[in-house]
Amino acid sequence: MPTLMTPLAVTAYTATSAMGSGLAAQLDALEHARSGLRPNDISSAPLACWIGRVDGVEDVALPATLRAWDCRNNRLAWLGLNQDGFLERVHAARTRYGADRVALLLGTSTASIGATEEAYRRLDADGGFADDMLRPAIHAPHSLAAFAAAALELEGPCLTVSTACSSSAKVFASAERMIRLGLVDAAVVGGVDTLCDSVLFGFNALELVSPEPCRPFDAARNGISIGEAAGFALLERVDVAPDAPRLLGYGEASDAHHMSTPHPDGLGAELALNDALARAGLDAARVDYINLHGTASQKNDEVEAALVGRVFPARTRASSTKGFTGHTLGAAGIVEATIALQAIEHGLVPGNLGGGTPDPICGAHFAWRNERQRVDVALSNSFGFGGNNACLAFARAGSAA
Amino acid sequence: MNTLRVHVEGVGLWSPQLANFAALRALLAGTTPPVPPPRPAAASLPPNERRRAPESVLLAVEVAGQAVAMSGRDAAALACVFASAHGDQAITDYMCATLAQAPTELSPIRFHNSVHNAAVGYWTIATGCHAPSTAICAQRASFGAALLEAASQVLAEQRPLLLVCSDTAGSGPLGEVTGCAQAFGCALVLAPQAGPATLARLDLQLGTAPTDVPLPEPLHGWRAGNPSAASLPLLALLASAGGHCELAAAATLGLRIDMENVA
Repeated sequence: MPTLMTPLAVTAYTATSAMGSGLAAQLDALEHARSGLRPNDISSAPLACWIGRVDGVEDVALPATLRAWDCRNNRLAWLGLNQDGFLERVHAARTRYGADRVALLLGTSTASIGATEEAYRRLDADGGFADDMLRPAIHAPHSLAAFAAAALELEGPCLTVSTACSSSAKVFASAERMIRLGLVDAAVVGGVDTLCDSVLFGFNALELVSPEPCRPFDAARNGISIGEAAGFALLERVDVAPDAPRLLGYGEASDAHHMSTPHPDGLGAELALNDALARAGLDAARVDYINLHGTASQKNDEVEAALVGRVFPARTRASSTKGFTGHTLGAAGIVEATIALQAIEHGLVPGNLGGGTPDPICGAHFAWRNERQRVDVALSNSFGFGGNNACLAFARAGSAA
Repeated sequence: MNTLRVHVEGVGLWSPQLANFAALRALLAGTTPPVPPPRPAAASLPPNERRRAPESVLLAVEVAGQAVAMSGRDAAALACVFASAHGDQAITDYMCATLAQAPTELSPIRFHNSVHNAAVGYWTIATGCHAPSTAICAQRASFGAALLEAASQVLAEQRPLLLVCSDTAGSGPLGEVTGCAQAFGCALVLAPQAGPATLARLDLQLGTAPTDVPLPEPLHGWRAGNPSAASLPLLALLASAGGHCELAAAATLGLRIDMENVA
């Protein structure tokens, strides 16, 4: 069993997704049960599905000094960093602690592979990348974190976590360990993934994409809708921000079952959940809200609903918010962490959008519509291909165990 | 600055010239080790998986299996940090080429093998490992960053861990951009405490970006030709009686490693 974790303060956070840019837009979409999904208008060839596309990414101009990093994924990252005063908060942390004392740990599933796809669509006459695409740094999975390090002028530990759809949840765990060991005083965590042909046609090839807007936990759900998003959080020790919401715990575990199907009994997911609760020093009954992974794939939702039913009392509220954003893959962990933090901040349990006909496997825990109630403790589940599971636990300042 | 002290219990290594860590020792001692077969054996995988798995997975599993065998640990109990600067370049090349020509013909198996955590996924499935596992990258600093991530997990969680860092050779138009000339993979089993299986003790300290110390040939050329071969200064050190080396842990961050041979 892990030892009790000293909580960390989440001193700033932000998210940009199909719900909109920044936390106010996200809260407004949640409060009005307004989905950000739209018919697919982005793949290079037609594909009948719905997507969670972020408006205005094409119009983002990177600062001149960062132009070498230009691609859709880094534009979305820059758009996201510029919301909610997040850039300024990172600059303040850099000034307070020093550029080498702030870690930068970001999750992404495909980074800027969209740029590599583009390079292959327009190879030059001799079969190589066109001159404007000869930028090796954007054709590597570290593109996002390396760009963010340049943009934020950070010089501490810098790492990309790429464990598919759990990527930007696991960065919280790496950050906590580095702060606990005194390697750094603060950490910027988060993740960005953008819509690209690889994921649209890849999940389509696996027959996991719904032709309609995704319906998590609905009896007639028939697959995921893919989305894109950027999200970030700043983690510091609690003494510098005693009133900020807390990261109470995290859990990580492996299914050891199958590359693209969850363990039928949710074994890895339950291990990650128990790990997070143990670190946080919480009984399951103390959890007010769980933001579920809830992708709207047949198998994920079946396994996850059963897990909720067997671990939590019905007073614990649960929902998936993939109906708002689509599945933002490597960015899902951070986006849903910010939704869990907003649930605490605003007393809003977001309804499980798209679940019009609940699957009978879902217990009384499910919030099918928005519910107003005080939320002191909120969890976020993130599960990825390869059987990679993560769970995060957040709490209101002063409410912890 | 805090020092991170970890203990090495196993070392794995594979490249087209070196079948394992013993081959590196032999090379550094001035003899010519036998050339390994063209594909890593990856004996930890069940035969079916071995046939289906892409080369990037075979390479990572091969070095992982070597290091774990040397440590005598049960693979199922080891947390996993798998790193690769580029992931599976052959699959990325295939996917981008297919998406440019006939996107709806994309292979579902190649797609799910394209995730950066494919190798650690196959490894945890093959070994029945439910411990935390992660897949990371940091361009040419991938090994140093992975060692830092691994050491922080070993010490913060007080648990043994398997670290793997591997990259295959590049292929297609992407290969010209990544500049990976040949495959290279290495693995370490790390533990928080000294024990009967301890081979060496490492003291890690963060510092400024390392000055590039040339390695003797052919190691120097191998390092230039594969980002995972940035681990060679440490691997060469582990084959020696002791000393220190510096690795990049990020673009502007170095990792100083003092090694004492315990075995």
